[in-house]
Amino acid sequence: MTTTTPGQEFETQDLMINMGPQHPATHGVFRMVLQVDGEIVRDLIPHIGYMHRGAEKLAETMDFRQGIGYMDRTEYLAQFNAELSYVMAVEKLAGLEVPERAQWIRMILCELNRLSSHFMFTGAFGTDIGVFGTAFVYSFRERETILDLFEEITGDRLMYAYFRPGGLAWEVTDNFERRVGEVLKSARQGIKDMDGLLTENEIFRARTQNIGIISAADAIDWGCTGPVLRASGVPLDLRKTEPYLRYAEVDFDVPVGQVGDTYDRWLVRIEEMRQSVRIIEQCMAKLQPGPIMPERMPRMLRTPPGEVYLRTEAPRGEFGVYMVSKGGNRPHRLKVRSSCFANLQALKDMAIGSYVADAVAILGSLDIVLCEVDR
Amino acid sequence: MKGLLRSMGVTLSAFMRKPVTREFPETHRELPERDRAFPLLLWDFEQTEPFCTGCHACERACPVECMTVLMKDNPNHKSAGGDSTRRKIIDKFWIDYGRCMRCNICVEVCNFDAIAMNNTWSGHEMSVYDRADLVQDLPQLLSESRGGELKAWRAP
Repeated sequence: MTTTTPGQEFETQDLMINMGPQHPATHGVFRMVLQVDGEIVRDLIPHIGYMHRGAEKLAETMDFRQGIGYMDRTEYLAQFNAELSYVMAVEKLAGLEVPERAQWIRMILCELNRLSSHFMFTGAFGTDIGVFGTAFVYSFRERETILDLFEEITGDRLMYAYFRPGGLAWEVTDNFERRVGEVLKSARQGIKDMDGLLTENEIFRARTQNIGIISAADAIDWGCTGPVLRASGVPLDLRKTEPYLRYAEVDFDVPVGQVGDTYDRWLVRIEEMRQSVRIIEQCMAKLQPGPIMPERMPRMLRTPPGEVYLRTEAPRGEFGVYMVSKGGNRPHRLKVRSSCFANLQALKDMAIGSYVADAVAILGSLDIVLCEVDR
Repeated sequence: MKGLLRSMGVTLSAFMRKPVTREFPETHRELPERDRAFPLLLWDFEQTEPFCTGCHACERACPVECMTVLMKDNPNHKSAGGDSTRRKIIDKFWIDYGRCMRCNICVEVCNFDAIAMNNTWSGHEMSVYDRADLVQDLPQLLSESRGGELKAWRAP
């Protein structure tokens, strides 16, 4: 007599399903092929490159001012941070001294950009988890106030092209201090809202806690940076470990997670937003009138031959620019070290063994910008 | 349960706030002075001709090569019996708005303050059915400034 357990009479086969590139949960055009056993992800094959525009190669045909516009389009949620890496690399090559006022304004704008980028994350992540609408419109309301300020200063809502090698393109508006105060007030309220809306919400916690855990060692091995790495408990923040601009003169904490799961990545970003507000307040107190460009800037900037790698802490991690110059007014080679690309590599490790719905949550918690991954 | 109630509290408090949205096509918000839409040419009302002399500076500096500039001798110049101080003047000018990436570099490099970014709503609401219609020629580029509606902003 043979006995069979119910459900074991037939052989089961893993199923390959395709997700993306046109999928609302993939944050752009990212395609992943999932090998699923029922609801469990057994394997994940990521496909990138749908958004490849050759921005690095294009920047090699541009002089140093023209290339700034391409950096905006590389990282379209943290444009100031992307511009900063590029112009700082040029400044390092050319040996330019940036006036103090320009440095403070750059810091304020970069931190505001971090706020707007993290607001985007809180909204989009809520949508990924299934809080459709509410979190998204709340965080977009706060993001709008920041974008309004950027528009008043630079003239554009997204593609600012405002930093220049040596300083800034033009002076900020006269009511800059008052406007930043207003924006910070609404941002504080927005952080409180997002925190109250989701952080303690039982459904949200059930969907995020102990999902997509990555250990500190694995995260370092994969090259993760930014909030993804810090959520695993590694306190690496380039603003602290190798301060650029004036970050050494301001006081802020680096939040780290303990478990390294999706929930920790959320907590780290919420806390980072509070720290950004703190940094901006200190910057505003130290902002003094003065020049925003060095005296005697050449009409066309030329750099001596050399190579330089410069990295800054963008909202998604280390945004590095490797630039080779053979002299002249344009880079001979430009390579962007994308934080999202490195963070995305860890997705496979995190997602295998989880449910399909959790794979979406994990991808959302990495907060990728596909334009930066593909460049 | 406590967390859920807190979430509900946040949502309820949003009822009390003023709405931030606007019924867009009917009502427009006021654009900031520095708003950058697309580049336009400026009209010199004193000498009744464009400021642009067709020097190709913007064309050379444009990262996406969206401009085409042709220059001619100014028929209105003093040497020709006119009263203009410009020896050369713009003959034909095209900007392909479909290619322009609104980086403001053309405005920065202009030696004659002849080009400026459109900071009115007409620069934002310009959808067309054919991409070729986005290529603007000289009369189209000048019309906004000639009508006197454009108050161009210049970096201080």
